[in-house]
Amino acid sequence: MNVLLILIPVALFLGLAGLAAFLWALNSGQFDDLDRAAHSVLMEDDAPTEED
Amino acid sequence: MTVAALGDGFEASSTGGVNADDPFASFVTTNDDGSRSLSAFVRNIVCAACVQRVERILRKSPGVRDARVNMTTHRLQVRWDPALTTSETLLEKLSNAGYPAVPILEDLLSDAAAADRRLLRCMAVAGFASANVMLLSVGVWAGFDMGDATRSLLHWISAAIAMPAVAYAGRPFFYSAISSLRGRRLNMDVPITLAILLAVGLSVVQTIIGGHQVYFEASVGLLFFLLIGRYLDRRARRKAQDVGEHLLALSAASATVIDPAGVRRILPAYQVQAGMCIEVLPGDQIPVDGHVLSGRSDVDLSLVNGETVPRAIGAGDLVYAGTVNRTGSLQITVSGAGENTLLQEIVRLMEDAQQVKSGYVRLADRAAALYAPVVHILALAAFVLWAFVLGAGAAKGLLIAIAVLIITCPCALGLAVPVVQVVASGWLFRKGILLKEGDALERLAQIDTVVFDKTGTLTTGALRLLNTDAVDAGDLALAGRLASGSRHPLAVALAAYAASEDPLAVREEPGRGLEHCGTDGVIRLGSREWCGVTQSIDVPDGPELWLRRTDGTTIQFCFEGTLRSDAVETVRQLKVAGLDIAILSGDAAPSVQRAAETLGVSDWSAECKPQEKIQRLQDLAQNGRRVLMVGDGLNDAPALGAAYVSMSPASAMHLSQTAADLVFQGEGLVAVPTAIRIARMSRRLIIQNFTLSTLYNMIAVPLAVGGLVTPLIAAVAMSASSLVVTLNALRLRLGTSP
Repeated sequence: MNVLLILIPVALFLGLAGLAAFLWALNSGQFDDLDRAAHSVLMEDDAPTEED
Repeated sequence: MTVAALGDGFEASSTGGVNADDPFASFVTTNDDGSRSLSAFVRNIVCAACVQRVERILRKSPGVRDARVNMTTHRLQVRWDPALTTSETLLEKLSNAGYPAVPILEDLLSDAAAADRRLLRCMAVAGFASANVMLLSVGVWAGFDMGDATRSLLHWISAAIAMPAVAYAGRPFFYSAISSLRGRRLNMDVPITLAILLAVGLSVVQTIIGGHQVYFEASVGLLFFLLIGRYLDRRARRKAQDVGEHLLALSAASATVIDPAGVRRILPAYQVQAGMCIEVLPGDQIPVDGHVLSGRSDVDLSLVNGETVPRAIGAGDLVYAGTVNRTGSLQITVSGAGENTLLQEIVRLMEDAQQVKSGYVRLADRAAALYAPVVHILALAAFVLWAFVLGAGAAKGLLIAIAVLIITCPCALGLAVPVVQVVASGWLFRKGILLKEGDALERLAQIDTVVFDKTGTLTTGALRLLNTDAVDAGDLALAGRLASGSRHPLAVALAAYAASEDPLAVREEPGRGLEHCGTDGVIRLGSREWCGVTQSIDVPDGPELWLRRTDGTTIQFCFEGTLRSDAVETVRQLKVAGLDIAILSGDAAPSVQRAAETLGVSDWSAECKPQEKIQRLQDLAQNGRRVLMVGDGLNDAPALGAAYVSMSPASAMHLSQTAADLVFQGEGLVAVPTAIRIARMSRRLIIQNFTLSTLYNMIAVPLAVGGLVTPLIAAVAMSASSLVVTLNALRLRLGTSP
């Protein structure tokens, strides 16, 4: 049972890391505009020319 | 107010330099580093490419530090250096590129996003806690050779995770339960709060005394499931809220005020006061009620009174907020702001009408009102039974009462109804129908009568020439060639008859008509007066136009509105669905009758004033009818508020869209039967889910009262019932073929 003393902290640490990552993403506004992220792959990067 | 027009107006008054006073000063905020920022609602954004173009246009402008468009809400946030550029320049650039933007005041908009985040944070914390506590309790239940000390350790760790998590993530329920109890009502959050708090409290006691009845995983798991439901519910309403905010942003449009020194300044419409002088350029919506000081134009009143054809307006005439200035520039003295304006009168009527409607109670709340007392009484009965009747002691009785509370916890109400709502509103959204009220879908499922407004709803803004047979083909072609030079709706309808001949060069006199000076004389097209008509020919019930040839003969053209292309099909589908159809119009009787006959509708009324429309709807309601009102004009807004449920096209007046429960986009009316079908399907699913969860309770509650439920069974049974109702709700997706 001594292995629990290692495994439980490891499990908790991983869970907390996931939670922290999610909260960070939430606070940095990554969930504010989900449509845009979905389309971002279709957008060009900083194109040097503009058609108009 | 388009910003391009503002730019033109400003050339004369502002110095044109970068330090000129900012006309949008009241919308702009200055940041700590000296840069300025502005929020605006950008129109005409349809896709990702639009977002990118808007951002690129702004970022390429000198002085812009950052520009970002939210694709979901179409809201622009731009930050710039005030020494290098102005908000006016930036918005003008956008307008020239075809993306007019309306500045918005940040604090006018709700903090929906902040509330969303709070709920997501709670959900994340509950998810983390339930995963970890579940992990530990699997160990407890599967650990056959586990000693008391190890089990106790696992219980203590669970307690350390669960207690802060419940305290944090349970707040949405706790606050709601407290406010409900303060109002001396019982809502669903009361038994939820009670179950969670009692379960955690009892588990802590059991952990301290080294007992086996530990419910941590059930309580955090329950919290997690319910938070998912709550978040889905919020998200479904969020889209609706965004629509509302757009409307708010648009109706809080700005006005160009000319001060006595002749300097133009742009103010938010609500800051404009009586007696001020404002300027309205062609193409802009008039932001206030007032008298025309100078200028002449055609004003489009269609959104106010349903008239299809613009009215000629000159100095001294009264104009109303919400109407659109078509052809000429107008200077307007603002009349008594507030109480006595037409808009206020309509708003008052609408609010009165809506008060009646607000009595509707959502299905889930009605179920909760029945369910919550039953749950409490059952739990109390179980406690009394075990503690006193069977003499098992207070501790055992409490344990069983908690098991009853957890087992009966309303997952079907908390999770399955929101899932149905989310799936249904997502489906509606893809069909271009926006739900503005959370309970509109339920009400829509119950209707038995549909009442249409005519102008703008059954008909489009486009006009059709009526008397083609009575008019000589040559005259028609001539009128068409003349009309090609104008964008007046009547002229547009006539221009179609110009055939392939070249348009004639014309001079347009706003509010009167067109004039062509050719080699052999003057040809005029326009009003009776403009063409000098002397014969006493009856004014037709629809709009008319006159042509005066060089020889002085005058020819009359009569028009009527055209029905939407799918109006007939829509009415047929609604009749097949077993609904009664009626038309309530403010228009003249003959044209309403023609439309009603084409559509096969026998119940129609014409020349209805807003009060009469409300009266008709109230009469129907008193006869036990549940009416869906579909309308678009300002004159429909009170009726939209009075109906059991209401729909309005996205082309409608802002006030009508605000009053309507659903707003549909696109040219077609087919959205009406579609929305009704989806509403009926989701109502069926919600009722199925209630039945399922009642069945589940009928099996589980006797077991719980009988003392046969361990914490493990409680947790498993609860999750299983949640899954079943959620999966059932998702069946709505399977039936998404149109």
